[in-house]
Amino acid sequence: MGVAKYTKNEKDAIQSVEYQSGIQIKPVYTPADLEAVGFDYASDLGDPGEYPFTRSLHPLGYRSRSWTTRQYTGFGTPEETNKRFKYMISHGQTGLNVAFDLPTQMGFDSDDPQALGEVGRVGMAVDSLRDFEIAFEGIPLDRIGSGLTINAIACIMLAMYQALAEKRGYPIDRISATPQNDILKEMIGRGAWIFPVDHGVRLVGDSIAYSMKHLPRCNPVSICGYHIRESGATPAQEIACAFEIAKAYIDNVTARGIPAHDFVGRFSFNLNVFGNLWEQIAKFRAARKLWAKILREEYGIQDKKKLFLRGLFGGGGSGLTKEQPENNIMRSAFYALGAALSGAQTTALCSFDEAYTIPTPRAALLSLRTLEIIMDEVGLRDTVDPLAGSYFIETITKQMEEKIQAEMAAIQEVGGMVAAVSSGFIQRKVAQQAYEFEKGLQSGEYVKVGLNKYTEDDDVVPEVDLHEHNEAWVDLQIKRLADLKQSRDNAAVKNCLHDLEKGVQKGDNVMPLLVACCREYTTVGEMTAVLRQVFGEWQEPGLF
Amino acid sequence: MPEKKIKILIAKPGLDGHDRGAKIVALALRDAGMEVVYTGLHQTVEQIVNTAMQEAVDMIGLSIMSGAHLPICEKLLTLMHAENMQDIAVVVGGVIPARDVQPLKKLGIQGVFPGGTPFEVFINEINEISNQQ
Repeated sequence: MGVAKYTKNEKDAIQSVEYQSGIQIKPVYTPADLEAVGFDYASDLGDPGEYPFTRSLHPLGYRSRSWTTRQYTGFGTPEETNKRFKYMISHGQTGLNVAFDLPTQMGFDSDDPQALGEVGRVGMAVDSLRDFEIAFEGIPLDRIGSGLTINAIACIMLAMYQALAEKRGYPIDRISATPQNDILKEMIGRGAWIFPVDHGVRLVGDSIAYSMKHLPRCNPVSICGYHIRESGATPAQEIACAFEIAKAYIDNVTARGIPAHDFVGRFSFNLNVFGNLWEQIAKFRAARKLWAKILREEYGIQDKKKLFLRGLFGGGGSGLTKEQPENNIMRSAFYALGAALSGAQTTALCSFDEAYTIPTPRAALLSLRTLEIIMDEVGLRDTVDPLAGSYFIETITKQMEEKIQAEMAAIQEVGGMVAAVSSGFIQRKVAQQAYEFEKGLQSGEYVKVGLNKYTEDDDVVPEVDLHEHNEAWVDLQIKRLADLKQSRDNAAVKNCLHDLEKGVQKGDNVMPLLVACCREYTTVGEMTAVLRQVFGEWQEPGLF
Repeated sequence: MPEKKIKILIAKPGLDGHDRGAKIVALALRDAGMEVVYTGLHQTVEQIVNTAMQEAVDMIGLSIMSGAHLPICEKLLTLMHAENMQDIAVVVGGVIPARDVQPLKKLGIQGVFPGGTPFEVFINEINEISNQQ
């Protein structure tokens, strides 16, 4: 999955190399190659911290500050998740990234019939502000930023985070939350969507418009190439899709009369690192440059600081294998290296056992140690963009830029990202590519160590500790919810929900209405039911 | 005598949204000459049963990545039994730990294909199951 295409002769000499994004790789690169692609330091790279930021967003890169580490974390009850948060922070993790269970992601309470079997399984169950209070107990919200991996109801979770901060006495302009909030990518490659496309995009726009005024340290969206790559997109397509998605959100907000330069600086990205190391590095450098170019040339943004492609470049799960799971430790180390050589602001890795299970504490810790070793031991903080000037890297960075632009043009040709997603165009494309890659894996055309080469005789999946799903936690969660519904001010809840319904129908920004609901311990299910009622549910094209 | 084309419903039950595997299997089965219908995401067990009836399928293939395969399969098979649909075989794929294969088969699931199962393996097994139907 996602390594290059090699042809070899009978002596195992490599005769050709083609990266997934379509770039042919030569055996040797020289100054002549830089000339051939018209490489120019000032216009193609710029110094670190200078437009177009190919080398780095900041002049000093990791010399001034190491990266932020945020392992995706959450399971069971808020109590269990809080314990794991504290465990990771005590071991040096510098930010949080919250995993929610599927009922929460899909806007159902833990006692909903649709939640059966899923409560607390793939993430933490959150039914109300009460759960956030427990999950974040003892976490200093002004010093630790929280990624919230939530999309269809990101606006609800962001509102809940604000309500939490208020309750705990933090000024809301000090808190830093990054709800993932990228509904278009859900519709392509992650599947946790609820509402029809236009309504989903409207909610994203609402949270951006609200956040820029009231939550200035929050990043209201984290636009995800990550999942699109996981679904079968090439690295060039990953960036192209992310940028076209970003444009769809920008356009939704500018249509409200808000200029792009007022909010685009808080956009962040969530991008994938797996597969061929060099292709990843070229991808990120080209992406940084292209994003700055697009914002400046297409949206007229001049302020340097607003042109930054700030991102979590994270180790991809689909690069890892069930077979010989300890190999995943090494793979993830190389992915982390790729992220560091690409100047990632923030990073995370899938844990070595994550192909089967919620990470055990040991596995999660190994991921964190990998990231710490890269920064603190082997020299990735020494200098900015160390590969700059490489005949190879600069040539393929330029070629990658062209590939990304070509993929963006293909999306524009079908009417842009909203149209491409609504029709199923993108979904079909990535599914068919995924099928081709799988065929290549099964035929051995794409080498995967331990899977189709250097396999081990005992075909039995080794004894990896499995995280146990605990039914007692489910009971606890459901009981807590029942108690909450007794003890809260139900008249206030009723009024808030009424106001929410009216406001949504009128086209008001949903955020203040949701904050008011959250303060009264209105549940996720209750708020989402209102939105479902007003918006309806998406009927996906289901193409493959 | 021409063999009747196997018609299979690939279904995504429950809330899990990971459909890459389901779509890959759908494409592989189509290439192997079967007729494939895909339900799309977020199907309840009731919806899957209804679609299976409407489409008059021979087989249902569930794709479950969230770990909730045992409760979901139990619910589906119980409903199918109540609707007298025992002639429709059910197979399941996704993130299935080895230790759950036997419990699934005990429930009545006829094929278990965890992620990474080679195409020939599940295509052959599905053909086998179909021959015995």
